[in-house]
Amino acid sequence: MNKIKVLVLLVILFVAFLLDVALGSVHIPLKDVIKVLFTPDAGNDTWVYIIEKIRLPKALTAIIVGCGLSVSGLQMQTLFRNPLAGPSVLGITAGASLGVALVMLSAGSITSLYTIKELGISGSWLIIVASSLGAALIMILIVSISSSLKDNVIVLIVGVMIGNITLSVISIWQYFSSPELIKDYLLWTFGSLGGVTGSQLLILAVVVFAGLLISFLSSKLLDALLLGDNYARSMGLTVKRARILIIGSTSILAGGITAFCGPIGFIGIAVPHLARALFNTSSHRILIPACCLIGTVLMLICDLVAQLPGSQTVLPINVITALVGSPVVIWIIAGPTKLRGF
Amino acid sequence: MEAQTTLLYTSGLTIGYQAGKGKTKVISGPLDLELHAGQLICLLGPNGCGKSTLLRTISGLQNPLKGEINLDGAALHQLKPAQVAKKISLVLTDNVRAGNLDVYSLISLGRYPYSGWLGILTEQDKQVIDQAIKATDTGAFIGRKMDSLSDGECQKVMLARAMAQDTPLIILDEPTAHLDLPSRIQLMRLLHQLAKETNKAILLSTHELDLALQVADQIWLMSKGGQLDAGLPEELVLNGAFQHAFDKDGIAFDAASGTFNIHHAGKRNIKVTGEGVAAFWTKKALVRNGFSISAAADDLMVTVSGEGADTLWTVQKNKELVAYTSLRGFLHTL
Repeated sequence: MNKIKVLVLLVILFVAFLLDVALGSVHIPLKDVIKVLFTPDAGNDTWVYIIEKIRLPKALTAIIVGCGLSVSGLQMQTLFRNPLAGPSVLGITAGASLGVALVMLSAGSITSLYTIKELGISGSWLIIVASSLGAALIMILIVSISSSLKDNVIVLIVGVMIGNITLSVISIWQYFSSPELIKDYLLWTFGSLGGVTGSQLLILAVVVFAGLLISFLSSKLLDALLLGDNYARSMGLTVKRARILIIGSTSILAGGITAFCGPIGFIGIAVPHLARALFNTSSHRILIPACCLIGTVLMLICDLVAQLPGSQTVLPINVITALVGSPVVIWIIAGPTKLRGF
Repeated sequence: MEAQTTLLYTSGLTIGYQAGKGKTKVISGPLDLELHAGQLICLLGPNGCGKSTLLRTISGLQNPLKGEINLDGAALHQLKPAQVAKKISLVLTDNVRAGNLDVYSLISLGRYPYSGWLGILTEQDKQVIDQAIKATDTGAFIGRKMDSLSDGECQKVMLARAMAQDTPLIILDEPTAHLDLPSRIQLMRLLHQLAKETNKAILLSTHELDLALQVADQIWLMSKGGQLDAGLPEELVLNGAFQHAFDKDGIAFDAASGTFNIHHAGKRNIKVTGEGVAAFWTKKALVRNGFSISAAADDLMVTVSGEGADTLWTVQKNKELVAYTSLRGFLHTL
């Protein structure tokens, strides 16, 4: 049964990937798209350029973002034992934004797609490290608060507030910047899959792959944590070490992605629930790959919708993920399971 | 008695917690306790006397303030969590209805200390899980989600998980809380049976005094001040430890019946003659209505005769004799 589901998802993934590369403001026939994809240096130079330099990196970024954010959301939901946890909800992406803003500030520049693109390789690493550290900082803060607060909803509200504080700090700084730069920053906060190309795409891929690998290797620890710290310990888990590992990989995933693509919301909270519902399991050994698969499909579809096929306009990706993710969140809160069945 | 294997003992154990910087709050101690294989030990005591702290300390979730806990030949604090997990399994009061967990997945988490780094179950693991399911009679819940279980069913599943962990010692923190009476009796009987059949030591804290007196091989009785009396249930009744532990205004432990009396001694004395079930329940009804049963009360006496529907209550009051055919009618005129 699971094999069929995986197969169906893979087919959808393939079709969505192809469409994502094929569709855009410049019309390229599907036949030529496939030709360019599989035999480089073929046909129309403009088309090759558009596909290889713009559309392919964007589709690959969508895959990386889909995997990374979904798995970081899954890990957070298990770690906090809270169905509404996710990188954007608990202020983790806000923390990452703070890290990015700090690097930009000290460089005398401003956070924007353009400036990020202009960074060299060392700059890219610097921004990823800063962003991941910002994410980790907020996460440790919320973990320490949540250990004394037992109520899921209160932890959630505290997380949202910490996120707000972080964003305010950035906004205050933005306020003293020139209007053009503020516009650039705003565009970055809308999120974009289009800004990552070349060496940055490679760096992002390496970082997210490392995060995913750590996450998959800790799937047994995550299973034990489902029963809470006390039970986890009684089953032989060194809880502190497991927490550090999970906070680390979550921060790398959410931080790395936020550094290059901006704070993208709702994927991290929604996809784990879809994975649990579809594969009907609680085992992270299955849920992590499932999140990757579903997250990728969802992200590609969001990107497809964002391009508004047939038009010249491209909507910010965050608008679309919110449109897709919010109903899932409503379903979690008001649906039959009502918060308990995360 | 057969030779007893000591699984765990404490020497000079002082339990408590850190209360601010450098300060500690002692709850109880020094304690010298022993746990033997094949025994069911019930930890009793009023709310807030430190039962949970003691269980948490013995299971290694919390550090002792002083003293040592020896688990199967090694000091508990020197063992890694993974080593302790093969000796002690727990059933706690923590909420476990999370993470889309179904019953089988939860029970199989018990194999955690034995499985590899990805947690894949071997054939042998599955056998142990099946045995645990069989022993706890949880086969009917397999496939259901944890949040669809009742409290009693949930406790049994958590016990099955502890069984699957296959440890010589199982510690349960208030497993009978929130359960209805039949489930409580069922669970206690199951635990008693498991201790005997599998030769495990089972330590549990509970408020079920009457059940504990029936099934426990040993009772650890904790008082509000942290004093702990350990011994056979009957010993503790006879030496007055029960009266002491639950000493509160207006509540008295009746050693004769092994229960707590909730009624004050009445002001009017009455003598009851007659035997059997009817006389027993007549006495109960009289006590509830403010009478004291006394053999010396000559001015008021009731004789219970017959049984079932033909029971007759003959009241002798000031040398007048009146017979009643119902208990209600008899009580009404008094």
